[in-house]
Amino acid sequence: MAEQIKVKSGWKIWEVFTQSKTGEPHIHAGNVHAPDAEMALQNARDVYSRRNEAVSLWVVPADQLIATSPSDSGPFFEPADDKIYRHPQFYKVPKGVRGF
Amino acid sequence: MRTFIVLYNKRNDIVSSKKISYILLEHRKNTKMSEDKLLEQFEKRIEAGEMIEPKDWMPDRYRKQLIRMMSQHAHSEIVGMLPEGNWITRAPSLRRKMILLAKVQDEAGHGLYIYSATETLGIDRAELVQQLLDGTAKYASIFNYPTLSWADMGVIGWFVDGAAIVNQTMLAKCSYGPYARAMVRICKEENFHKKQGYEITATLANGTPEQYEMIQDAVNRWWWPSLMMFGPSDKDSPNSAELMRWKVKLKSNDELRQRFVDLTVPQAKAVNLILPDPDLKLNEDTGHYEFGKINWDEFWNVVKGNGPMNKERIKARIDAHENGKWVREAAVAYAEKNHNNN
Repeated sequence: MAEQIKVKSGWKIWEVFTQSKTGEPHIHAGNVHAPDAEMALQNARDVYSRRNEAVSLWVVPADQLIATSPSDSGPFFEPADDKIYRHPQFYKVPKGVRGF
Repeated sequence: MRTFIVLYNKRNDIVSSKKISYILLEHRKNTKMSEDKLLEQFEKRIEAGEMIEPKDWMPDRYRKQLIRMMSQHAHSEIVGMLPEGNWITRAPSLRRKMILLAKVQDEAGHGLYIYSATETLGIDRAELVQQLLDGTAKYASIFNYPTLSWADMGVIGWFVDGAAIVNQTMLAKCSYGPYARAMVRICKEENFHKKQGYEITATLANGTPEQYEMIQDAVNRWWWPSLMMFGPSDKDSPNSAELMRWKVKLKSNDELRQRFVDLTVPQAKAVNLILPDPDLKLNEDTGHYEFGKINWDEFWNVVKGNGPMNKERIKARIDAHENGKWVREAAVAYAEKNHNNN
């Protein structure tokens, strides 16, 4: 992500998410510079979908994206570490049961 | 644990926060590490094949080397549009014209992918463009040679994009995430560039004697500058060792050059073209083609700005920037007007 950047031209940075076909999730593709949302979409199409890579595009002002910080990822994600009972492998199924 | 949002500046100091969990602050205090320790951890991560992402700690040298390398790469894509742009209006058929237009547009896209990836290192694109226009930033010296005939469009796609693929396939596995991802995207598109070039080459090579002569002439002019694209020999490349230790580069300049030669020689044979090197021959033992001495004086001369087209290329970029200024300003004014009306 490219937050913290002041673009001198006055064009904001927009993060771009592309959906390759309906039913798929939107995935981060990169970013573009644009003065407004409409041009951000047009630039995103020209930069990230010249070969039909997208059937749908999202653009989000880069400074509106809040992200976790790598140095804190340990304690931040730690609550999930000790909950192995959330995974089906945690449980034993009695022998002889088929098609569980 | 409560939810919290913390914002950091580039040095990783907290600049603003909402509902900061005190547990988190305690953790940060305890893990405040010395530079040496951080460097050790960074190198361990690289060693283990982990990718480095924009917000991760990285040594200053790593950041600086990446900015230098990536911005040079981005500038090369942008300046690289000029030699081929030269022939769009004179393409020999509508098919060739559409293909060349699409190819040149791709190069603009590649420049944007790499500028975007470079910005994640904390530098503004406007600043990078400024460096190009000032002449303080470099770009691939091959684009300082002129495109004298239509045949050059064939050979540039075949050699120059071919060489770029060899280099970029390696960079797609480099340690910096945003650069590697941009390279994956670019490599997919470069294959079209190389194939369209080789198709032009093969068509001319199988054409009239005049057409054959034209394509052989282009091969003669572009072969050596293409070999120089991989940069000086590793023993003369001061940055290589550090870049390889940090896996910014995974192969040496000489290894990449050798790979390009090994791939290209059979392709030249297949279309009956002669690569202009009397010393070029297969070494049966190693399985590699040996080639003659590269004229590095010529290379450094072009890098220093004395190539046939250096001045013209920069002038074209400055003109494009100046002539586009009113469009950029009008777009901002329009956006502001709409914003104020809403």
